[in-house]
Amino acid sequence: MSKKEMLNPRKAYGEALIELGRKYKNLVVLDADLSKSTKTIMFAKKYPERFFEMGIAEANMMSCAAGFASCGKIPFASTFAVFATGRVYDQVRMDIAYSNANVKIFATHGGISVGKDGVSHQMLEDFALMRVLPNMTVMAPSDATQTKKIVHLMAEEYGPMYARVGRANAPLIYSNKDVEDLKIGKGLIVEDGSDITFITTGTMVEPALEAHKNLKNQGISAKVIDMHTIKPLDVQLILKSAKDTNAIITAEEHSIIGGLGAAVAETLMDNNICIKFFRMGIKDIFCESGSPADLLKKYELNEKYMVKKAQNLLKK
Amino acid sequence: MKDYDDKEILKLELKAVQIRKHIIEMLYRAKSGHPGGSLSAVDALVALYFVHMKHNPKKPDDPDRDRFILSKGHAAPALYAVLAESRYFNLNELESLREEGCMLQGHPACTEVPGVEASTGSLGHGLSFANGVALAGKLDKKNYQVYVMLGDGETDEGQVWEAVAVANHYKLDNITALIDRNYLQIDGNTEEVLKLESVRDRWSSFGWNVIEIDGHDIKKILKALDEAKAHKRQPTVIILYTTKGKGVSFMENNVDFHGVPPNEMERNIAIKELNLAEKKLETAQ
Ligand SMILES: Cc1ncc(C[n+]2csc(CCOP(=O)(O)OP(=O)(O)O)c2C)c(N)n1
Ligand SMILES: [Mg+2]
Repeated sequence: MSKKEMLNPRKAYGEALIELGRKYKNLVVLDADLSKSTKTIMFAKKYPERFFEMGIAEANMMSCAAGFASCGKIPFASTFAVFATGRVYDQVRMDIAYSNANVKIFATHGGISVGKDGVSHQMLEDFALMRVLPNMTVMAPSDATQTKKIVHLMAEEYGPMYARVGRANAPLIYSNKDVEDLKIGKGLIVEDGSDITFITTGTMVEPALEAHKNLKNQGISAKVIDMHTIKPLDVQLILKSAKDTNAIITAEEHSIIGGLGAAVAETLMDNNICIKFFRMGIKDIFCESGSPADLLKKYELNEKYMVKKAQNLLKK
Repeated sequence: MKDYDDKEILKLELKAVQIRKHIIEMLYRAKSGHPGGSLSAVDALVALYFVHMKHNPKKPDDPDRDRFILSKGHAAPALYAVLAESRYFNLNELESLREEGCMLQGHPACTEVPGVEASTGSLGHGLSFANGVALAGKLDKKNYQVYVMLGDGETDEGQVWEAVAVANHYKLDNITALIDRNYLQIDGNTEEVLKLESVRDRWSSFGWNVIEIDGHDIKKILKALDEAKAHKRQPTVIILYTTKGKGVSFMENNVDFHGVPPNEMERNIAIKELNLAEKKLETAQ
């Protein structure tokens, strides 16, 4: 078990919004009756005149954010990942992606680790939905420090962007110094290795780091990549890892269709690379209610399965 | 119009207290879920399932059954408790709400639970779904009624107003919408989050017949349901004026109990209060 400090990425988002609100007078925040959960309430308290409560009306919120962007504002629109993507898809497609609007969609409660609320609240398709939209950047930060940095980059750089975090507290992986040079679209090698590469994102980075330690004890050297940006994907880093190690495992709290694993597979095929390969993720099914730990175990998304899959893949 | 015997009403009030106790126990055990909106919906559900609706727990797929759709899906514990008390499934299922591998999902799932008509939890869909059921009923010359319960905050959703227009356009007099008007959503009071008033004028200007009643007075609810069913050539909406968290003193009108379950101490106090209410009703019988 990890003894790292546990911090909430949602809270890091709230803190980043306050810092950015000071820096950018044209930054506005919109929320759809979930400000206490998404932590935009922190911004709302500090800058009430630039916070807009939109009620439980997400589609309206997205188009409205695009209107703000057309007037030179930097709108951050927040709600749960299900409602920030699936509930509002056409609004995001037309008014944000097609219009190349400078809207930042920051979603919380992504993945199955939302837990007991069940399928209606477990978003496992958002990377896919957002990734197929031209102009859209797609990100999933892995801890509180990285979240804060990514929120800053979202405000600094132009363009439609989507980022999602989970609901739970996350073990702290990075110091402020570690993320100083972080760039959108550039993956990070968190642990280097020569036998196998874990390409992971969001909540799956930490279990991969645990798996790395465990495998090391068994004489297996695993590289762990934090692919915080799913689009644009860091193709060079993937190609290099395919050259340097004998197998690749991708891991994400998302369907194995259309997300990070699929994007890595496409990259490998496009470059005529044949390598031992496995996608960890949800296998084309709707999940269910349950505690986050129970669900991650049942759907084989923890470090134990990472170790097992790595052993199996290398044996083949 | 039919009157209701006070003795019968007392029995239903007792039932409502028992449903509230189930809700508290379920949420306490699950350590998650939504007490406020579940408790405010109880009395209407009791009136529907134990008196008004034509339904048969042994034949949940009966094509002639009346339908109830819980559009505010987060009140699932209230629906599950009523379904269990109606014997759609065993009462002990209530003990494993929200657990991995169990039937009762955090939000209603029509593929999992007998008696659940629609999978909800994403707000704003239920009335549209109900329109489809009501239109199919007209097409097939069926006599069933369609009931759908919405949260007041839920009516922020644009989709609700698309559905309100459709029900009016097709004169769906086989639909009765019930609004749980408890004046609270998550971020606060409905009028501060996104002004809803006048709820009555909005629905009536969209062509609906509007009835307004105390949503915790079971006799009034039953009469309103009869009135709605008898009303022809227009859909009816019943605005139920309710108290979020009804029946548990410290949850009443307390927005903090929208989506936070009771801890052990809170559960004990809640059950004590509900037991007291139960005793009172029993002696009145
Ligand atoms: C589309 C959608 N957006 C947001 C949510 C999150 N959510 C769950 S309950 C709720 C508030 C509902 O308030 P209301 O409809 O008034 O219900 P009640 O007061 O009866 O609990 C919200 C915003 C959701 N379930 N679905
Ligand atoms: Mg309400």
